[in-house]
Amino acid sequence: MQLEQIVERFQSKDPRAFEKLHSMYAENICGVINTIVRNDLIAEEICQDVFVKAWNNADKYNTSKGRFFTWMLNIARNAAIDELRSKSHKQQKKNLSVEYFVDIAEDTKTTEFTVDKKRLKSLIINLKEKCIKIIDLLYFKGYTQKEASEELNIPVGTVKTRNRSCISQLRENMSN
Amino acid sequence: MDIKQYIDSGILELYVAGKLSDAENLEVYKLSVENPEILSEIISIENAILELTKTASPKTTYNFSPIKAKISISEDKKVIDINNKGSNWSQYLGWAATVLFAIGLFWMYNQNESLKSELEVVIQENEKLEQQISESNTSLEKSKELLATLRDKNISVIPLGGQAVSPTSFAKAYWNTEQQKLYIDAQGLPEPPNGFVYQVWSLKLDPLTPTSIGLLNDFNGDENKVFTLNNPNANGSEAFGITLEPDGGSKAPNLEQLYTLGVVSPS
Repeated sequence: MQLEQIVERFQSKDPRAFEKLHSMYAENICGVINTIVRNDLIAEEICQDVFVKAWNNADKYNTSKGRFFTWMLNIARNAAIDELRSKSHKQQKKNLSVEYFVDIAEDTKTTEFTVDKKRLKSLIINLKEKCIKIIDLLYFKGYTQKEASEELNIPVGTVKTRNRSCISQLRENMSN
Repeated sequence: MDIKQYIDSGILELYVAGKLSDAENLEVYKLSVENPEILSEIISIENAILELTKTASPKTTYNFSPIKAKISISEDKKVIDINNKGSNWSQYLGWAATVLFAIGLFWMYNQNESLKSELEVVIQENEKLEQQISESNTSLEKSKELLATLRDKNISVIPLGGQAVSPTSFAKAYWNTEQQKLYIDAQGLPEPPNGFVYQVWSLKLDPLTPTSIGLLNDFNGDENKVFTLNNPNANGSEAFGITLEPDGGSKAPNLEQLYTLGVVSPS
């Protein structure tokens, strides 16, 4: 079955289509959340909530929102960022790291947070720091093009082209 | 459109990141439907991001059942909501309002139509009345004119009395010798039968010489029954008579059908 058909069925509240989407994207969505909250248990909990939220708002998705995964990604990012801002989280983790997701690969201290470091390393091998930064801002932290250009101190147009070449490199690494 | 250039612009990467506006998203979607090349590029970019995000996922089994449990609870709640009649009143109210609105609209449309036709009728009546007024005005003008004519100082009035064939008939002749006009007031004559017409004669008595002055045409149609004729006989007329003649008149009067006759009194 094509992705579009599955999404359509999901929108008409077919639990089986929803289960299919969950199996397709749960790992990725939970992964994004984990890079933000950096705690497996919290990430899993938020991840479940994100899927329930998607189910309850299924009728709000349409092609003007972009890809289905992109829509889910957006819900996930917002939910994870909300969690970071919440009181309970602040009490648990007073020092929020603003590190980039790839720092995880080098992180040896964290125990609450497991990552496929080997795979991550192989993916980002030979990616320059500026690439890692831009991918992190746009895909994991949810920065807009303009926000990313301000953060990285580069023209808005450059965000678009640099991101393109960085993702291309990532794709090359994937196939190697 | 240069598809390669479009792809190289980096827009598709932003599309997957969710960093485009709704309009841009729609445009990309439309193009991806039309161009398989664009669609496959989008899928490749998405796969790269999927691959990358997967590395950070907690190492656990991604079981659907806890989510299923949560959504079926929320579904159950919804079922209860549907059965709860109280919660649907606003929906019914909405429909009722819609129906009422439609009825109201229809009613107003009908009202408008009937008012339009009423207005039409009133306008027509108004036109009729205006015509009547104008006719009355014309009639009044005519009456005034007639009165003025009969009051002229040069007028001689000759009463014409009923004769043997119709003793109750009468008429009056108003003779303006100066203008050589003769006005016949024929109110006292019966309506002529079909195919016949009254003919007015100027008479010299000695010897009896009748001269036709004219016909009282359209007798039945004339309301005031006052007819204007030319009498070129100057002072030669000694009497006036009216006979009933076949349509078109006769050369000589049929004295058996003499209705009225009157002698001009010497002045």
